[in-house]
Amino acid sequence: MTLGGIDIVMLIASMMVAATPILLAATGEMVAEKSGVLNLGVEGMMIMGAIGGFAAAVATGSPVIGFLAAAVAGAVMALLFAFLTLRLLSNQVATGLALTLFGLGLSALLGQGMQGIKPPATMKLPFGPLTDLPVLGPIVFGHDWVVYLSLALVMAVRWFLRHARGGLILRAVGENPEAAHALGYPVVRVRMMALAFGGALAGLGGAYLSLVRVPQWTEGMTAGAGWIALAIVVFASWKAERVLLGAYLFGGITVLQLRLQAAGVAIPVQILSAAPYLITILVLVVMSARGGRAALAAPAALGRPFHATR
Amino acid sequence: MFRLEKRPEPSRLWTWGTPVLAVVATMIVGGLLFAAMGKDPLLAIRAIFWDPLFGPNASYFRPQLLVKAGPLILIAIGLSFGFRAAIWNIGAEGQYIIGALAGAGVALAAYPAENPLIFPAMVVAGALGGFLWGLIPALLRVRFGTNEILVSLMLVYVAENILSYMAHGPMKNPQGYGFPGSRNLQQYPSAHNAEVIAGTGLHWGVLTALAAVVLGYVLLNRHLFGFQIRVAGQAPRAARFAGINPNRLAALCLGGSGALAGLAGIFEVSGPGGQITDAFNVGYGFTAIIVAFLGRLHPFGILLAGLLMALTYIGGETAQLVVGLPAAAIQAFQGMLLFFLLAFDLLTHYRIRRRRITA
Repeated sequence: MTLGGIDIVMLIASMMVAATPILLAATGEMVAEKSGVLNLGVEGMMIMGAIGGFAAAVATGSPVIGFLAAAVAGAVMALLFAFLTLRLLSNQVATGLALTLFGLGLSALLGQGMQGIKPPATMKLPFGPLTDLPVLGPIVFGHDWVVYLSLALVMAVRWFLRHARGGLILRAVGENPEAAHALGYPVVRVRMMALAFGGALAGLGGAYLSLVRVPQWTEGMTAGAGWIALAIVVFASWKAERVLLGAYLFGGITVLQLRLQAAGVAIPVQILSAAPYLITILVLVVMSARGGRAALAAPAALGRPFHATR
Repeated sequence: MFRLEKRPEPSRLWTWGTPVLAVVATMIVGGLLFAAMGKDPLLAIRAIFWDPLFGPNASYFRPQLLVKAGPLILIAIGLSFGFRAAIWNIGAEGQYIIGALAGAGVALAAYPAENPLIFPAMVVAGALGGFLWGLIPALLRVRFGTNEILVSLMLVYVAENILSYMAHGPMKNPQGYGFPGSRNLQQYPSAHNAEVIAGTGLHWGVLTALAAVVLGYVLLNRHLFGFQIRVAGQAPRAARFAGINPNRLAALCLGGSGALAGLAGIFEVSGPGGQITDAFNVGYGFTAIIVAFLGRLHPFGILLAGLLMALTYIGGETAQLVVGLPAAAIQAFQGMLLFFLLAFDLLTHYRIRRRRITA
């Protein structure tokens, strides 16, 4: 099936791969924001995950260990942010920016001499003959395990936030930390855990870039993916299933513009490369223009510092 | 155990004490980091903070200090106004690029005519370009309530792509043997932002930055606009009751900081940079965020912070030569500085008291 020289099945399959880093990061950030903390350092956590995962995978030869290391690297970065904003009560916006700037610098430093190395290949799930099915094969059965993990995580987060007791506490902390504190819930600890989870997922997303999608290490390779993840959380009105939709839409645009570049369409390459960012802005505008409803979906205490005086 | 007690007013001592403390802590932890990399930490720190000023090649490095500090200060002054009012422009890098493109466009259109009005026209075009690029997130925020943090940042990537397009397309030097990049404005007398005093690094952009410091101080402390900004940042509800129009404030802050970033861009491209290329922007727009915070969002503080940050840029280069420190190390160093600053800021707003043991 081709359309204008572009194979639709391959387009959808590669869309899922392109969307996975953002999907992971956005899902994690959504959980953190649900607890009432705005962490603008997603980009920094992602890139630390990218280099951490890459280095570990190259050193051990195991992508699984690479992804684990990436999750740890992202979570450590998130805990740094958590310590500053929750314990030392620093400004969340400024601290998030600092996390991004610091992560970009530190990752470049750690990545010295890693350029040009090829990481070990991440395993595809063995679906046997199912992979050769027309259309369904490449789309449903043709991916590596991280793609399925990311989908499972979205489902798990959706269930947790809606039905689990822990999810209810998390949301309470994000909506009204004073009330949650009065009820005896450990506001700061809940937020720390939510942030660490978000950081781990951002780290996984970063590692997916350096281990699967690209796959190699280059400085600043996240190229705004973390910021797009933040935009997708807004787009999704803090709902897991909508995060999935947003990430895949965005992945689709990214892949489509790459395919159009490859197909030699008579549009300057730079306009195509800028398209994902322009469309993100457009989506943000549409979402916010709908006004009240979208704004109401945001956790009520998002970005507000909490300090238990008693 | 300790507990925190909110100060009724931010401590004056710690407001200015924390940046110093943060620099010292960054030196210590940075030194440990360098030691972990197998570099002599004392030598590295000396190469970053001492050699550019007083080392054997200081006469070469000192002018560079002004060249690097100029754009940082100019951009940070603009950002500080918005940050005070909780209007977050983090897309200064994009406004810097668009300013440079707009100004360079004027110069390249006029080439090879010689006229004393060309340079002023470029400066105006640069400021206007940055202003308009900064106004986009402002208008979207005012009209639709869109988050200006995300929009201004997305526009950086758009601006980078426009820059690349211009360097490979419309602005490419027709006599450049096919290489991407525009004509070199340093070789075009009417457009060249030459040093005002030769050999000092003092070009028009640096003078403008110094003027912006003074103007910023007057605006902030002696003008109604500065008062409105401070009220809007510290007590948004009170600001609304006082009849301060938040939309006007957002447009002024974002547009104004965009204009200053645009100015930094045009002075850079017509001076030290010389030409429009893919790699024209080097992150001044992002580093300026650190400068603004390190300078306590205060114009004179920003002046000092800008000089310090410029020193780390140049020091990074000397450290590369002296101890073989990778260029990326300095970026991590700068990020660490902001971290420590934000952490120590606790002391400005809170008192640390020992927890009384209650029987």
